[in-house]
Amino acid sequence: MRHILSVTVLNKPGVLARITGLFSRRNFNIDSLNVGETDNPSYSKMTIVVRGDDRTLEQVKKQLHKLINVVKITDLEQSEMVARDLALIRVSCTRKQRTEINQIADTFRAKIVDLSNDSIIIEATGTDNKIEALVEILRDFGIKDIVRTGIVALSRGQLAEKSNKKIS
Amino acid sequence: MAVLSGAEILIQALIQENVEVIFGYPGGAVLPIYDVLYDCPLNHYLCRHEQGAIHGADGYARSTGKVGVCLATSGPGSTNLVTGLATAYMDSVPIVAFTGQVNSKMLGKDAFQEADIKGITLPITKHNYLVTQIEELAQTVKEAFYIARTGRPGPVLIDLPKDVMTARTEFAYPERLDLPGYNPTYQGHALQVRAAATEIDQAERPVIFAGGGSISANAAPELRELAWKANIPVITSLMGLGVFPENDLLSLGMPGMHGCRSANYAISEADLLIAIGVRFDDRVTGRLDSFAAKARIIHIDIDPAEISKNVEIAIPIVGDAKEILKELLPLVKGKSREKWHKQLAEWKEKHPLKYENNSEEIKPQQVIEEIYRQTRGEACIVTEVGQNQMWAAQYYQYSIPRTYISSGGLGTMGFGLPASVGVQIGRPGEIVVNISGDGSFQMNLQELATLKNYNLPVKIVILNNSSLGMVRQWQEMFYDRRYSATILTNPDFIKLAEAYGIFARRVEKKEGLALAIEKALQVAGPALLDVKVAQEENVYPMVPAGAGIKEMIGG
Repeated sequence: MRHILSVTVLNKPGVLARITGLFSRRNFNIDSLNVGETDNPSYSKMTIVVRGDDRTLEQVKKQLHKLINVVKITDLEQSEMVARDLALIRVSCTRKQRTEINQIADTFRAKIVDLSNDSIIIEATGTDNKIEALVEILRDFGIKDIVRTGIVALSRGQLAEKSNKKIS
Repeated sequence: MAVLSGAEILIQALIQENVEVIFGYPGGAVLPIYDVLYDCPLNHYLCRHEQGAIHGADGYARSTGKVGVCLATSGPGSTNLVTGLATAYMDSVPIVAFTGQVNSKMLGKDAFQEADIKGITLPITKHNYLVTQIEELAQTVKEAFYIARTGRPGPVLIDLPKDVMTARTEFAYPERLDLPGYNPTYQGHALQVRAAATEIDQAERPVIFAGGGSISANAAPELRELAWKANIPVITSLMGLGVFPENDLLSLGMPGMHGCRSANYAISEADLLIAIGVRFDDRVTGRLDSFAAKARIIHIDIDPAEISKNVEIAIPIVGDAKEILKELLPLVKGKSREKWHKQLAEWKEKHPLKYENNSEEIKPQQVIEEIYRQTRGEACIVTEVGQNQMWAAQYYQYSIPRTYISSGGLGTMGFGLPASVGVQIGRPGEIVVNISGDGSFQMNLQELATLKNYNLPVKIVILNNSSLGMVRQWQEMFYDRRYSATILTNPDFIKLAEAYGIFARRVEKKEGLALAIEKALQVAGPALLDVKVAQEENVYPMVPAGAGIKEMIGG
């Protein structure tokens, strides 16, 4: 089972090492981890994607809570959050192929952000499924390099949350 | 406001935290601190190794319930604390350790005696700090003491660059804490407490299983009242020894790998296990799927992460054991549970702890029994690790909390002698006996100098079987008696002790044992007994690794 945790931490030196060290020591698996400052520079927010059964997840959350610099942990349920992954993909591209690749990018609502004689960089944002689908299609042209942020996620607003529950 | 140096602020902060005793070892990076210590009201005890200093602080903390404090220099001084921090972390002992560090401008440049002790100790401290600004110093010390002693206690390390110690600023001890991510729960959830009371009243075969957490919460009076009021038998883990009087009729002793058969059988047959301040260590549970298989488990613990970590819990109550038991007591009814107690009495009668004592040689168990007799069960017993630790747990009857001091979780050989330094300092006037083995003793024997230096009347009793007994026992049982690297060629321990100016006697015959112990206890200062015991004596009963706790051999 995959879970997405949103973790608010104090923006102190070494806090990332505390989190990653905990995961490796307790033998928990991380799929991806993303960290950035919040609107308050004293706090950072991490989005951690972990794999494990419910009991493992319970332990992950409790052990994270024990870290003094961890302030809040939210387990984002699939239906109540917005999750995005950003990818920059450098694809081999001759002049002739430019139109076709541009069309593909359009279809995925991705952007061309750099162009050279033999390659092109595409910026794509979306769910990780969408990005993987795009990567699959671009493979035919030859992917020269790829970099991804891993998932960042936020829970939806309270009103949306409630209506979501009603629908389900 | 007074303008003080970092080192002066540090000492003032310690005084504000009611620290009386520091265990330490000087060095280049902590020179400014030692200069202030020279004429300050704190008692600094110079150990002979930084590992000795931190185990000393640990023994002091375990035996008094106060926060232990130690101080070491940068680089090797700080890395020598690592084993001590891991030991304290595993057993949830409140310690604040200070380490010197190179000048903050030199950090990361591989300066002389630089080590990234904050990075190294991340997974073995409750929290740690590197102070790079003198303005943060006082606040950091306040936080460290608060974190170390509250919630689930544990060691906290503060790394102090030398230039921060010599910089100057205005000093006022902060009154407020700023820890938005730290908020331990003390009060148990009322509904859960009520549910626990109902379960207890309904149970036909309940057992209380008390561990180190019940001692650190000072919950012995409430725990005893619960047992006596509701007529529930009590099992104490190695770390919980002393929380319930072992000579009480309701006591079933220690469970687990070298526990009493009656305790292991009781856990296996119980319909309700009331676990208080325990963490279900593998040495207690044996094979997990057969542990307390017939029981529902109530788990009272201050650390929510311990709930259902190893064993599935029916009723968790997170909070302070003392507070929760106070809430629980009036809700629980008295009940006779005759059938259960008849069964327990039968097991106790049929399976007492026992050993053969008909040979010429002195048996180690007999040594412990004799110390128990002569100290009337009132001594602080500080053990090393291995067979000596198990025999000291089995054959001394503990009835006072904080009188069995031992490295339970990490199993640190060489812990006992330096820890007994701290125990004796924390409890002056009381009898402190370090039960040792010839292997463990040699791991930190430099602390003999500390004992002599401060004339601490610790009595060291070496159960000398010229071997690393516990490992040898496993080799005998599971490795076809191939005693690989476990038979020791030892120095003359008597001459060694005498070189330190410490009274010492060798005991080789049974007849001389009682008198030698008497003499050692009478000596005003420290004393050492080198007791030659049967080499191939094993600790029984025993649950083989990976087996269920009912499947005991021997004893």
